[in-house]
Amino acid sequence: MRVTIMSKTLGGLLLLLAASCSLAADWSLADLMQQLGQKKAGTATFVEKKYIAMLKQPLESSGELAFTAPDRLEKRTLKPKPEAVVLEGNKLTLERSDGRKMSVNLADRPEVSAFVESVRATLSGDRSALERYYSATLSGGSEQWQLNLTPLQPRMQKVISQIRIAGGHAQVRTIEFLQADGDRSEMTITSTSAK
Amino acid sequence: MKIRLHKLALGLWLALMLGSVLVISQTRFVADLSAFMPKLPSARQQMLIDQLRDGAIARIVLVGIEGADEAERGRLSRLLVSKLAHNPRFTSVQNGDAQTQQRDQRYFFDNRYLLSPAVTPQRFTAPGLHEAIQGTLDAMSGDAGLIVKKILPRDPTGETLHILDQFIGESQPASSDDIWVSRDGKRAVLLLQLSESGLNTDAQAAALEEVKQTFASLPGRHADSRLVMSGTSVISVASRNIIQSEVERLAIMGSLLVVALLLLVYRSLPLLLLGLIPVVSGALVGIASVSLGFGHVHGLTLGFGTTLIGEAVDYSIYLFIQRAGGKNPSHFWRTMRLGVLTSATGFAALMCSSFPGLSQLGLYSISGLLTAALVTRYILPGLMPQQLNLRDLQRPGLLLQKILDGLTRLRWLMAVALLAAVAVLVLHQQDIWSRQLNALSSTSAAQNKLDAELRGDLGGNDMRYVASFSAPDQQTALQLAERTRAVLQQLSRQNIIGGFHSPDELLPSIATQRARQASLPAPAEAERRLRLALQGMPLEADQLSGFLADLERARTQPLLQRQSLQGSAASVLLDSMLIRRADSYLVLLPLKPASGETIALDKVRAALAAQQLGQVTVIDLLEETTAIFDSYTHEALLFSSLGSLAILLLLCVSCGWRQAVRVTIPLGCAVLCTVAILDACGIQLTILHLVGLLLVVAIGSNYALFFANKQQLGSDAEQRQVEISLVVANLATVTSFGLLGSSSVPVLSFIGSTVAIGALLALVFAAMMARIGPRALPR
Repeated sequence: MRVTIMSKTLGGLLLLLAASCSLAADWSLADLMQQLGQKKAGTATFVEKKYIAMLKQPLESSGELAFTAPDRLEKRTLKPKPEAVVLEGNKLTLERSDGRKMSVNLADRPEVSAFVESVRATLSGDRSALERYYSATLSGGSEQWQLNLTPLQPRMQKVISQIRIAGGHAQVRTIEFLQADGDRSEMTITSTSAK
Repeated sequence: MKIRLHKLALGLWLALMLGSVLVISQTRFVADLSAFMPKLPSARQQMLIDQLRDGAIARIVLVGIEGADEAERGRLSRLLVSKLAHNPRFTSVQNGDAQTQQRDQRYFFDNRYLLSPAVTPQRFTAPGLHEAIQGTLDAMSGDAGLIVKKILPRDPTGETLHILDQFIGESQPASSDDIWVSRDGKRAVLLLQLSESGLNTDAQAAALEEVKQTFASLPGRHADSRLVMSGTSVISVASRNIIQSEVERLAIMGSLLVVALLLLVYRSLPLLLLGLIPVVSGALVGIASVSLGFGHVHGLTLGFGTTLIGEAVDYSIYLFIQRAGGKNPSHFWRTMRLGVLTSATGFAALMCSSFPGLSQLGLYSISGLLTAALVTRYILPGLMPQQLNLRDLQRPGLLLQKILDGLTRLRWLMAVALLAAVAVLVLHQQDIWSRQLNALSSTSAAQNKLDAELRGDLGGNDMRYVASFSAPDQQTALQLAERTRAVLQQLSRQNIIGGFHSPDELLPSIATQRARQASLPAPAEAERRLRLALQGMPLEADQLSGFLADLERARTQPLLQRQSLQGSAASVLLDSMLIRRADSYLVLLPLKPASGETIALDKVRAALAAQQLGQVTVIDLLEETTAIFDSYTHEALLFSSLGSLAILLLLCVSCGWRQAVRVTIPLGCAVLCTVAILDACGIQLTILHLVGLLLVVAIGSNYALFFANKQQLGSDAEQRQVEISLVVANLATVTSFGLLGSSSVPVLSFIGSTVAIGALLALVFAAMMARIGPRALPR
């Protein structure tokens, strides 16, 4: 319960912040996308916290991220249980600790597609891919921006109410998924190399 | 005396005819794939056959709805499901709708404590529960967190995950608006399962017809929407229909052509009717013998029957034309006997084939030809009028003689043809043989393409590797499957196989279900252990009351039966792996390769044998079918050669080696040139072409024999009679085999075209070589 209240307060604060920033800046979505699109590759570490109503404490996981323009993204979780998601072109592959793999063709799974494009299209600065699934609003300035993505598909809305991505310049620092049931997850990203 | 003998023969003949008609009236005619399956299959081949006939593959129908727009296709798909769902002809009708999906999810979720392979007594102790719940929390923190979160309150030990784990990597059909659609989204797809197995083609045909009619009468259907279907059942029904209509067409056309030819030559109705007596007798006895010998007659055998018309009619042609003078020269019967024997020798070679289609053809032809010849020898002469009112063949005879004389002078052409043939064969020798079994299949390329597309749409992987066994009853079958699964799981971990399915994943044996039930603690004890287990975890026991309630329900629930799966997609999967037969159960476990395309089957076999599971057969279906076809081809090569050799020996023995050589050379040339012509036309040879060539030798030798035997004849006029009878007989043969060659059933058309070309060439070459020109005869 505490978590829910906190997340609501936090959400409200962020909203205020976003509103005030957007007033000040002439910094546009096109600018951000252009800036992000210049990055060719990068690696980072992440820490993800999931706040779930049923649990007293958030669940924490951590690992590494690697991105290669235009469409390869790899999320390798090391703790608590090693697993990996590799997204390449239209193919999403889940690798589990026992070596078994499962592949999904994104063309067959529009809702999974929407999910992964929120991160990939942002990282590669692909505005059209992003706007295919979300209505995007940008706030803040080049130094510190926040991108709010609201799903367009009703199917997706049932699961995710909003995705908030924040960063500075061409660097994404946090990605937050707000789930329709009030739970949320927050991923903090620390860049280790970039080109 | 002679009259009494004739009466006796007539009586015997009538009795034979009556008997044959009786046998035929009791005969089962089939037109399924059995003609292509080996007569005495090995254990592995038997698996392949079982698979095609009893296996679930034979009951699955892939359906596509095309045309109109997506919304309309979706509406039709739903309507079709609702119309067919309660039809007893179908055991399952699916289009991926939420209802079926929920049924499956409910089956797995509600029965998770009986189905999960992870359920053991140890897992439900306090430390076991702690570990299991921690595992679920870890899974929740990962990428599948959203899904895992939903099951946590009632399934904290993650049994559902363990069950789903077994199905990881399965490709699912794409869906749009909650129903299945093709990859390109251009058609809605459905999956039907027929109640009847592949053994009952009639019932399958009726069920397929019902699908078509139901679709056609769906209310408010858009005119441009259409239904497409595929699957083993669709293909076998279609090929049966083709064979049936072809057999009818060929029989009618063949009879008409031969009748027309005979009328043209004889210009006499009584002679025509007499001439047909040996043909009809031969056909009746042929069918009856096959029925007695095989227990059924294949439609293809009847198709070949047309050629028998062409062959058997020859005998009466020889008789009527050559004996128009009313004499009864003994050498005539001798030559004919030799001709019949050579033909019969050729067909006898076919009888030894393990390819049932061919051995039926062999038996049919031998019994048919012998009957036709005997009827011609012993029945016809007595029925023939004393003086044959044959039309005067003097003028065409003279013309023919001139042509044949010309041909004899053109003997060098044969050498040219031979050289050309050898040149063609040397240049093309690489791809002369076709090794594909489906080269013989009656289905069109369009149907094959549709089949591949629909299979892709429905996410069906081509089942290539299968582990299988049979067991006397369902429980034994499931227990064996459980033991086999343990081995396969090990192999999967070692990456020798990529994955597998086993029926016990969906329906564990009663013994295993009982053992799993016994692992679950009673309510008070369960709660105590859970509280202990949750110490130090971010979760309270009170939040998991649903779990405790479910545990107690599972502990006392009735055990799962096959009926428990009714109406779910899983039941179709189970039916494909656990097949009930008359007195046993057949179990098929599909295996997936780990990487690339192939599985090292020897390792799988060794691992199974090490666990005393030697009765489990592991096969590569692709390799088996190719092997069957290869063995047919090798065997066909062998018996064609032996058959030809036997014919040559027969010729040598009965008329001396000089004569034999004179008969053999034109035959050899005819065979080589036929192969070269087929090859030049871009046709790859199959086993049936090979059989056709054997028949060229068997039939062609008759022409050569009569040509070569002429020196025993007297006058020029008699020679002309012989020649004209040969040409007419040859025309009858070429016509009937040519007709067969025009068939759309490959099996029939391959033999037909080969024999038509070969028989014509054999006559021409025999005229060039075996015939002794009148001037060359020392007189």
